[in-house]
Amino acid sequence: MDELINDFIAETRDMAQALSGAIVAWEAMPDDRERLDEIFRFVHTVKGNCGFFDLPRLEQLSHAAEGALAEVRAGDRVADTALVNAVLAIIDRIGELVQALETGESLASEEDGELIAALSGPAAAEGQLAEAAAAPEPEAKRSVRSIRLAVDLLDRMMNGVSDAVLARNELARRLRDAPRDVAVEAAFERVSQCIAEIRDGITRTRMQRIDSLFSGLPRMVRDLSADLGKQVRLEADGGDVELDREMIEMIRDPLTHIVRNAIDHGIESPDERAAAGKKPAGVLRVSARQAGNQILIEVADDGRGIDGEALVRKARAAGLLSAEQADKLSPAQKIALVFMPSLSTADEVTAISGRGVGMDVVRANIERIGGVVDVDSRPSQGVRLCIRVPLTLTIIPALTVSAGGQVFAIPRSAIDEILRAGAVRIDRIGEAEVATVRDRRVPLISLPTLLGIDGAAPREEQKLVLLKPAGGEVYALAVDAVHDHEELVVKPAAPAVMAAGLYAGTTLADDGSPILLLDPSGMAKRAGINFAENEIDRALHAGAAEAEGARETSLLLFRTLDGGRRAVPVAVVERIEDVPAEAIAFGAGKLRVSIGGRILPLAGCAAAPAAGKMRVLRLTDGVAEIAYGFAEVIDIRALVLDFQPAPAPGEVAGVALIDGAQVELLDPHWLFAQHADSGRGDAPQPVCALPEGDPWIDNMLRPLIEGLGYRIARAGEPTDIVIAREEDEVPADANVVRIRASAEGEGVHRYDRAALIGALAAAKGKGHG
Amino acid sequence: MAELLLIGRLAGRRIAFPAERVEGVVELEGITPAPCAAPHVAGLSALRSRVLTVIDGLAALELGRAREAPARDAIAIPCDGHTYALLVDEVEDVVEAAGPHAPLTAPVGAGWDRVAIGTIEANDELFLLVDPYLLIAGPAAHAA
Repeated sequence: MDELINDFIAETRDMAQALSGAIVAWEAMPDDRERLDEIFRFVHTVKGNCGFFDLPRLEQLSHAAEGALAEVRAGDRVADTALVNAVLAIIDRIGELVQALETGESLASEEDGELIAALSGPAAAEGQLAEAAAAPEPEAKRSVRSIRLAVDLLDRMMNGVSDAVLARNELARRLRDAPRDVAVEAAFERVSQCIAEIRDGITRTRMQRIDSLFSGLPRMVRDLSADLGKQVRLEADGGDVELDREMIEMIRDPLTHIVRNAIDHGIESPDERAAAGKKPAGVLRVSARQAGNQILIEVADDGRGIDGEALVRKARAAGLLSAEQADKLSPAQKIALVFMPSLSTADEVTAISGRGVGMDVVRANIERIGGVVDVDSRPSQGVRLCIRVPLTLTIIPALTVSAGGQVFAIPRSAIDEILRAGAVRIDRIGEAEVATVRDRRVPLISLPTLLGIDGAAPREEQKLVLLKPAGGEVYALAVDAVHDHEELVVKPAAPAVMAAGLYAGTTLADDGSPILLLDPSGMAKRAGINFAENEIDRALHAGAAEAEGARETSLLLFRTLDGGRRAVPVAVVERIEDVPAEAIAFGAGKLRVSIGGRILPLAGCAAAPAAGKMRVLRLTDGVAEIAYGFAEVIDIRALVLDFQPAPAPGEVAGVALIDGAQVELLDPHWLFAQHADSGRGDAPQPVCALPEGDPWIDNMLRPLIEGLGYRIARAGEPTDIVIAREEDEVPADANVVRIRASAEGEGVHRYDRAALIGALAAAKGKGHG
Repeated sequence: MAELLLIGRLAGRRIAFPAERVEGVVELEGITPAPCAAPHVAGLSALRSRVLTVIDGLAALELGRAREAPARDAIAIPCDGHTYALLVDEVEDVVEAAGPHAPLTAPVGAGWDRVAIGTIEANDELFLLVDPYLLIAGPAAHAA
């Protein structure tokens, strides 16, 4: 019985969460039958279950809500704001009661009656009538086969698979040392493949659509904007991006805080917006996308923006910033002050954002999981916050280095740059050393010295790894040698080892020997680098680092289907996906692939594979999307682009030397120009007006015009171009293209395609000029 | 059923460990040092696909440090989700205890007092019964 109750609690909670979006949508469109049904189904299911478990209070509440909704369904009642609020209150109450059931608390029952009374409202008298008209039970719409699993079971499986991967690596190593045996090697290959598949599967079970994070937002936005008397339209995008379950939980609070801030401080009241010449409803856009092995979550509003000057005044008043420092800050750096502890933009503390948890906490939380937060703000245009987090926590991309003959790993997320020690000026100040990297002094820590290991290589042969630990200052770490980029399965180290304060965990190298993963902030702390005092300098330097970063491009290196090495800027990669061969087909003159309900042009391969799967990059230019088939990802590297251009424009822009190998750089511009479906997406399209009611126009001309990327005007809409027949009257100021049916006369002949395209282009140019 | 004991030699003394706290005896193939870790940690070693934290028994008793050796026996002890490898002079045998252990009535010497559970009899000999978890915790834990 206990188990059943637990299932009921979990199910009800999940349903309630999934429902909050539907309720808001329903409020906006009370006629939306589908949403209404969804909400009705929820209260109906709760009611049914309550009867079974003998939970009279829940049953009463859900019964009342069901009754009211049934009236609406039967058309006896209109879903007005009062009703929506009452239903919302009841669903909240159900949530509270379920929570109480789980924790064993008790909730006062007095309010139940009020909630139910609020529901009946003015239509109380008709309640009886509705009872009789109760609709038949709606059929379950989606029947996805699923089971409920405890997360720790998944974690145990994940650990088991990680062990299997390491055991496989060890076996591989032993096989290399042993005399060759083809049969054994074949068997090993099979085992290898099985393990890889299982690992893939388990990793995926740990993944969750980011939808589960977004689904609570509509309700929150609705409640907040109602409380504040603001109008906010929420646009959520990219809910199908998948992320490690644990990561989703880690992002939940920071994201909630950012959204609250945006509504409370960012978006103005309708009057204020009207005064600024904006639409009364503010827009809050929350989007997620995958770029390489990172997830980008962006929260953008069109509010008043962050007042950088106000932040500077506050920081000055709080003594956090000297006048001299304040003068040196660029506008972007002023805005970045929002992340400083104990600075809040709002002059008044409001109930919504409150005080205590500031943006500094948001940043700290994101950085703790290896992520980064960036902020961008334009006065009276809005704020854009971008969160970047890694896909998973357990497998960490790392760089292996050595000191005194021993190998260590450094998490790649903390690495800024790698330099030759011989190429950098190093000064000795007392017992400490300072490296000067591009006019910037950074403390230098020698890894062998820090660890007390002998036999370090001479300084000029050492390498400097510039590290930027989470929440810390950049410093240089001198190591004897830099080896390799590797994806490491990291496990926690024993407490007696962690006590050193230098390590983040342990892992095994391919040769089976243990490797310690270094903790960049732990090392800085042990070396005595002081973080807090340098917070301002860090903000000052952030700009310099950005300028350097701008010259570097983050590139995704991959192997093409025919085995070549190519690279593409990570920024244009939306995500990487496996598609079955059936999803690829030659249609309408192009090779296309269907992914997630969309059809994308496919580049990078000449024909559909006969069977199996193909890996594709989904590339985006912000509007259109194309797919690019490839074999495997090699790496992601940040490089200053220096390449030999290709002799003629084409798929490849040129060739660059990366890690000693020639790599062809894709030309995204050419790819999109060549492959992208024109006229798709949200870009402003030229609008063209056509005469109405002419079958030739509708059936022959219209598809041609649309194919050229024009949108056909709706009645009364301003247009860029007007296409008219000889007999049509046109407005005096319009850009007109006349078409004629006869062979001779004024304008363009209706079947002279080239002339028509030319005339349209000319007219469009005139319109813009 | 009588308690099983693992008999080994540490710091020149023959001692007994409760076998239930021991996973097995392993041969370590080289130890990777863990600089700056607690002093009784000899380093890390790999057992199959697992990372073992190697504990120097001598250092844990604060009686010195184990000598370097290319390959050596260690006792694998799982504890709190980590597996440790305890370096001892020698691993002898697993024997059955003759009866329950008796508490210590007098100090047994520096270092040993901290890790001893009591005395226990097996094969007509009297052994010092040692708690491997206390050896793993090391001298610092005691001081704290």
